[in-house]
Amino acid sequence: MNIKILGTGCSKCTILEKKVSEIVNNNSIDATIEKITDLQEIMKYGIMMTPGLIVNDKVVSYGFIPKDNQIIQWLEESKQ
Amino acid sequence: MKTVVQGTHYDNYKVYLPLIILPFWLLLYIYLESISNYIVYEISGMTKGTHITESIRFFIYEVPKVMLLLILIVFVVGIIRSYFSPERTRKALEGKPLLIGNIMAGGLGIVTPFCSCSAIPLFLGFVESGIPLGVTFSFLIAAPMINEVAVVLLLGLFGWKTALIYVATGLVIAILSGWVIGKLKLEKFVADWVYQTKSGSIENTGHIVSFNDRIEAGYIAVREIVSKVWIYIVIGIAVGAAAHGYVPKDFMASIMGKDVWYSVPLAVLIGIPLYSNAAGIIPVVQVLIEKGASLGTSLAFMMAVIGLSLPETIILKKVLKLPLIFIFVGIVAIGIMFVGFLFNFIF
Repeated sequence: MNIKILGTGCSKCTILEKKVSEIVNNNSIDATIEKITDLQEIMKYGIMMTPGLIVNDKVVSYGFIPKDNQIIQWLEESKQ
Repeated sequence: MKTVVQGTHYDNYKVYLPLIILPFWLLLYIYLESISNYIVYEISGMTKGTHITESIRFFIYEVPKVMLLLILIVFVVGIIRSYFSPERTRKALEGKPLLIGNIMAGGLGIVTPFCSCSAIPLFLGFVESGIPLGVTFSFLIAAPMINEVAVVLLLGLFGWKTALIYVATGLVIAILSGWVIGKLKLEKFVADWVYQTKSGSIENTGHIVSFNDRIEAGYIAVREIVSKVWIYIVIGIAVGAAAHGYVPKDFMASIMGKDVWYSVPLAVLIGIPLYSNAAGIIPVVQVLIEKGASLGTSLAFMMAVIGLSLPETIILKKVLKLPLIFIFVGIVAIGIMFVGFLFNFIF
């Protein structure tokens, strides 16, 4: 599974990145995590608030830091 | 098949908790002055009227008062903001004529969730979907300048009249500055790639579905904002308290008084590069006023510090060419100076 974190470097983006990589490690989920900081790349996903969380190229959240169990749920759903 | 539950899981008590807390909040707010007086004069037994006593009393009263207001207002604003989103605001602004678009953008700038780190994606999302540059700017001027933290501090330290004046004049500046930028046809000064790329669109991911989610948004806002600004409020009020007791009255009158004509432009010039948020600057401004600074000059200073900041302007460089950045800062600065002169003239 491919996870992307969209953000130009605000504090929330860093927190989300850390959180997601912790969740992936702790639950031994097979996933690659990418941090996207390029504006044009970010705009392709159409979000207007950072950080954006993208799972398998689908926007699951943007503009806030989701709760742990919420993130786990999204990752579980995308695992199949 | 597994049912997908979008949105956060919530506990029911979280919905009723605010209603239970509210009466206690009110009682505490009403009796706060008596309580802080009691602590300073009776329990600590400090002598009334000395500089040190007055400074400490000021601090012990103002910090909890502002924090109480902050928690309540941020909670309510957090709930209100859950009804708005940048996507809905963009939709509302699409195809609106210039002046009406500016007015709507200014108003929506106040209520739409906004953080300065999202200014660029928001700018791109707006202009790429065809919203005029001037309307976009009205939004981008109002959003950071008129925020709940500024309103809380003005309300707590200056009273509702000044808070209202700040919001109203800030809104007028945002609307008119955006309108002027729109009239000047400055699209050529937007970075070339902006109009060439097309931003994607997303369907509403639907995080907020129920009233409980909106209450939850209020809790999140309180947690996020209070944890970020409390330290500025404490430091700002501490500086204010020290000056309150020790700086002589009318100390500022000769520098920031209403009879000093250049005080307004000077306040704006100093305010633009100063980087602080509302929480840090407003308690300091309160003391400036107390020591003889005029309302107009102080208002101009606050607006310049909060509304125009150097770091944010530098971030804008990613999407705007230099002439447009200067024009943007210039127009807003002129607007702020006008407000300063106007209030020095009236009061």
